[in-house]
Amino acid sequence: MAEMLNHGAESRAVGRGDAPAQPPMLALTGVRKSFGGTEVLHGVDLSVRKGEVVAVLGPSGSGKTTLLRCANLLERADAGTLELAGERLDLASATPRQAAGVRRRTGFVFQGYNLFRNRTVLGNVTEGLVVARKVPRAEAEERARACLARVGMDDRCDAYPEELSGGQQQRVAIARAMATDPEIIFFDEPTSALDPELTGEVLGVMRQLAEDGMTMLVVTHEMGFARNVADRVVFMEDGAVVAEASARTFFDQPANDRVRAFLHHTMGHLGTCSF
Amino acid sequence: MDSGLVTLLVDSFPKILIPGLMVTLPLALVSFAFALVIAVATALVQYANVPVLKHVARLYIWIVRGTPLFVQLYLVYFGLPDLGIMLDSLPTAVIVLSVNTGAYAAETMRAALESVPAGQLEAGFCVGMSYLQVIRRIVLPQAFRTAFPPLSNELISLVKDTSLVASILVAEMFRAAQEIVSREWVTMPIYLEVAAIYLLFSTVLTWLQRMGERALARHGMERG
Repeated sequence: MAEMLNHGAESRAVGRGDAPAQPPMLALTGVRKSFGGTEVLHGVDLSVRKGEVVAVLGPSGSGKTTLLRCANLLERADAGTLELAGERLDLASATPRQAAGVRRRTGFVFQGYNLFRNRTVLGNVTEGLVVARKVPRAEAEERARACLARVGMDDRCDAYPEELSGGQQQRVAIARAMATDPEIIFFDEPTSALDPELTGEVLGVMRQLAEDGMTMLVVTHEMGFARNVADRVVFMEDGAVVAEASARTFFDQPANDRVRAFLHHTMGHLGTCSF
Repeated sequence: MDSGLVTLLVDSFPKILIPGLMVTLPLALVSFAFALVIAVATALVQYANVPVLKHVARLYIWIVRGTPLFVQLYLVYFGLPDLGIMLDSLPTAVIVLSVNTGAYAAETMRAALESVPAGQLEAGFCVGMSYLQVIRRIVLPQAFRTAFPPLSNELISLVKDTSLVASILVAEMFRAAQEIVSREWVTMPIYLEVAAIYLLFSTVLTWLQRMGERALARHGMERG
């Protein structure tokens, strides 16, 4: 556990210090996607450096979630390339094997948690290790318990998902995503399905993860999280990236009127959110 | 009720019950096991959208569900010999009951598979599992829990339907009752007696079903 944290802190330092010189951990280029004749992504470019936390903001229907789902091939993009730690992949023509390869190197946290309902908390976290990566069970359980401890859920290892609150389920889902030692974790509106009083515990876990140096791409509506935890903010509207800036600049010196209008619209969140 | 009738009922009880325990129940359970295998395979090829096989599955379900079990038994036992295929009555019973129940259970399984939320599959893919791993470890177990009550009903129906194989000379419970009727010339009491034993079997199976449902509920997934 201490080792994990140390390792995290190191990669964080690398990410921050040498960031401009390093190739990105993840780079999406020219991602296009249509649903039934309507194009929802018009050739989006986005990159995340190692150790960086990038928040994707934007109004509902702007294509944020679709972009995330295209990045790990849950959704098949019509065009675009993915570069993951130097390996290039054409998103439109990737084979199932290549898709599985991307997913084995990334983590994904869903809005609706999607914990395996027929597995315990511990089983949810070990599944990807034991089944997909052939890690011996004892070792997998040890790793799973360490991850569950990091999200504060190691005392509920034998519970089934339906016995947990939404916030607890999402924390387990985060442990499941990080257990496989991913190069990046995608978060798809991880707190949007939660009651306001439960979002805090999930955002707290994510903040800790960020401080430990995890590379994260977070689609969110939590302005406080974007402002205080993210390194960089990408603002999307109508299937395109409209603005991109460091978190501080994004909020303090809005790049254009659309960003300003969006921030004005969501100011209410800013005042109340503690993250 | 005269004492002769009471004696007859008492004497005939084991003569009906024993074929029930030795033939009817094993026949139903073995056929049901085969039916489950057929059902899972048939449901999976549809669920996974396997070309050609999914059409074969639909055709099978269409034909079997659209024709009476009784006629199916006659086709195999009395019809197939015309094509040179002679099967004994017991294998015929197992085959026809399996194929028949399999078609109904396949629809149950297909509905249960489709009731597993897409997010469960996606979560499986996202932790790096292959399609087959996700199906085997995540989707099928959840589908079985959903399908448990309707599948139990299908087993109970099957136990009762085994009475039809008396017509192709399988020495099961109803055939035993018929033999007593034709020997003793007493109709109503014997048929009531065999009906009561079927009712007993169904009742016990219904209890087992409830216990099973409760056990499943204890392991999460109360809602299937």
